[in-house]
Amino acid sequence: MVDPKDKTPENKVSPATRQYPDTAAQMKQDPPTTGHSWDGIEEYDNPMPRWWVWIFIITIVWSFGYWIAYPAWPGIQSATSGILGYSSRANVAQDIAEFEARNESFFVQLVESDLDEIRDNDELHRFAVNAGGSVFRAQCSQCHGAGGAGVQASGFPNLLDDDWLWGGTMEDIHLTVRYGIRNEDFLDARWSEMPAFGRDGLLNNDEIDQVVNHVLSLSGSDHDAAQAAEGAELFEINCASCHGDGGEGDYFIGAPALNNQVWLYGGTPEAIRESIYYSRFGVMPGFAGRLREAEIRAVAAYVHQLGGGQ
Amino acid sequence: MWDYLKLAVLGLVVVVAAVAASMARDLAYLVHMLVIILAAGITFFWIIRRIGEPVQVASQNEYMDGPVRYGVVATALWGVVGFLVGVVIAAQLTWPQLNFEWAQGYLNFGRLRPLHTSAVIFAFGGNALIASAFYVVQRTSAARLWGGGLAWFVFWGYQLFIVMAATGYVLGSSQGNEYAEPEWLTDLWLTIVWVAFLLVFMGTIIKRREPHIYVANWFYMAFIITVAMLHLVNNLAIPVSVFGSKSVPVWSGVQSAMIQWWYGHNAVGFFLTAGFLGMMYYFIPKQAERPVYSYKLSIMHFWALIFLYIWAGPHHLHYTALPDWAQTLGMTFSIMLWMPSWGGMINGLMTLSGAWDKLRTDPIIRMMVVSVGFYGMATFEGPMMSIKTVNSLSHYTDWTIGHVHSGALGWNGMITFGMLYYLVPKLWQRQGLYSLSLVSWHFWLATIGIVLYAASMWVTGIMEGLMWREVDAQGFLVNSFADTVAAKFPMYVVRTLGGVLFLAGAVIMCYNLWKTVTSSPERKPARAAAAVPAE
Repeated sequence: MVDPKDKTPENKVSPATRQYPDTAAQMKQDPPTTGHSWDGIEEYDNPMPRWWVWIFIITIVWSFGYWIAYPAWPGIQSATSGILGYSSRANVAQDIAEFEARNESFFVQLVESDLDEIRDNDELHRFAVNAGGSVFRAQCSQCHGAGGAGVQASGFPNLLDDDWLWGGTMEDIHLTVRYGIRNEDFLDARWSEMPAFGRDGLLNNDEIDQVVNHVLSLSGSDHDAAQAAEGAELFEINCASCHGDGGEGDYFIGAPALNNQVWLYGGTPEAIRESIYYSRFGVMPGFAGRLREAEIRAVAAYVHQLGGGQ
Repeated sequence: MWDYLKLAVLGLVVVVAAVAASMARDLAYLVHMLVIILAAGITFFWIIRRIGEPVQVASQNEYMDGPVRYGVVATALWGVVGFLVGVVIAAQLTWPQLNFEWAQGYLNFGRLRPLHTSAVIFAFGGNALIASAFYVVQRTSAARLWGGGLAWFVFWGYQLFIVMAATGYVLGSSQGNEYAEPEWLTDLWLTIVWVAFLLVFMGTIIKRREPHIYVANWFYMAFIITVAMLHLVNNLAIPVSVFGSKSVPVWSGVQSAMIQWWYGHNAVGFFLTAGFLGMMYYFIPKQAERPVYSYKLSIMHFWALIFLYIWAGPHHLHYTALPDWAQTLGMTFSIMLWMPSWGGMINGLMTLSGAWDKLRTDPIIRMMVVSVGFYGMATFEGPMMSIKTVNSLSHYTDWTIGHVHSGALGWNGMITFGMLYYLVPKLWQRQGLYSLSLVSWHFWLATIGIVLYAASMWVTGIMEGLMWREVDAQGFLVNSFADTVAAKFPMYVVRTLGGVLFLAGAVIMCYNLWKTVTSSPERKPARAAAAVPAE
């Protein structure tokens, strides 16, 4: 297989002049073939390599040993259980029990404490924040982000700031985590609903544009002053009852503050327009039943200390 | 007469498919019916055009290489498609923005991932196996393919299966069983094609003019028969409607999982291992021009491999609802499988003893040797990862992806490239390949690509495994899943780069093979009647 186009540099030995092993001579020393030949392919009658045979046997012997030690061969009703009494389910149960036993006193204390007192007990608070962080990473980070910063403009609230939708006290956060927001699973779920002003024909397009500019003006964003002035009255009639005259919002009914630069669905005119036109309906599951009370309290403590707890 | 019967059947197929298309309950089914109408229609007119032409009776002393030639072309083309989709999804994992909003539901990662796996395993690998099986069984049996035009049916029928599977994935027709995604209609069609494949292969073996059956053919046989069995059992399902693609599987719960991984692992064992060992047993001795190292070893490792592989599936379900005893069996049989797997590697590598100098001059041999080397690595890594303690770290991580790709890119890819480089000059009567230096380029691009791919996945796999299991002194999780995803970013870039290199090598190969066919000097047809029994 010498490439005729092979441009070998002068200083290299070209394949044609290389010294090759004398294949013919070697063939003579080779073991006999089996005598078969297929399309020119022959087979040597070499023995199997000893190391190969031995390792194969060792793995088989080891397997027999493993079958004696561990659950292995099925019968009609059950399988051999192995002399070590191994069970992966029992191992998991034991690991969980160990963990429970280690932390039990803290869990009990968490449930029995008044929510606002958790912070006062240094050791308990440290435990709650650590346990709550773990719960947060497993249950909450999918929406609120691993660091709790949420995804602004996509409706996933930032939990690091002090701008709250449903309040930032321990009680508030605890309630929100426990029952969630706008779900059918809990009667106590947080619930508020803004009308879809555009879709349902409550405001026409021009009016919405005016309200958008007024909302922009509340937070000191760039806006069309004339339009904003027109929108002031519309805002007072349609929006102020929940969001407040100055757009300060209301934790109690879950009305977001509009007078700052924290936006749940983005602060661009387009995003605000969409919020007014279609309304939004952000939801959060309630965790009562999914998490133990101690875990809910722990995650509330964790969120509370992230930055904006009140 | 025979032609008229075919026309009648094809006409009927078109009508039935048209009716079914009008009743279609989902888009994928509609598209499948249109594809069937198109395929049957083209065949219909092709037959009509040939009616009345004098029938050329093929000499039984000549090999039937038409389907092999087509298979070689299909292998190379599907290979490039499959690698390309692989690069795309690797990039999507690295930069999720590439899951474009306008392509949601068609070209997002979830839809493209089965397209990639099926394209490389079944389209690239499957065509390579069918083409090489047809080539090898004729040469080593000194007999023309059995069944007349049936081999052509196998080739075209298999391409139709690929098109139906691929369109199904993109349009959302999927059973959700890994490597067995196609729905019932596509599955039924594959069954018909596969039985035809089995008939052609076995018919040729039965009418062989050699006294013994060559080892490559044992492996091909094991591959064809076992894949048929796996396919039938794992895809047992009841269609919701004959006019829709959705079906309800017969298996449920942990039994379903067990059947799925019995299938899944033996798809690796018999499709990607046994079948490709058949390829290896023919093309390495041919290219090296040396006898196979040990006949005894080939017998022993063949039967051990066949017997042990079929048990190993449960190692995919360690620490799940699968009972402990089944996990134990899966693990121990995987360990016992180590040496039987290595038997193939030893026979491949030792066949080169006395011809090692060829590694310097022949990049095709180099490709084959690296392929067998990756085979050895992957078949060591596999049993190791099946050990429960190792598996508790490696399972669900990128380590598995790295393992699979060192096997798939290294072993299956490289041996297939070697086969293509060997076959194309032979099949198109050329004196040699257009350029050996382009083969060297391909070799190095592919090898570096594989190393980048496997190494980056080892790193991310072990890293994320360690991050997932990390708990603090009180037993609480330390990392969130998103933390592990973020930590993997640099290695995902490396993996994508590895894929790009591998793809580039395959594109170079296609160019080289194309130029070989079109502009390499022709070989004088020295052997008119090649099928002469040896001995």
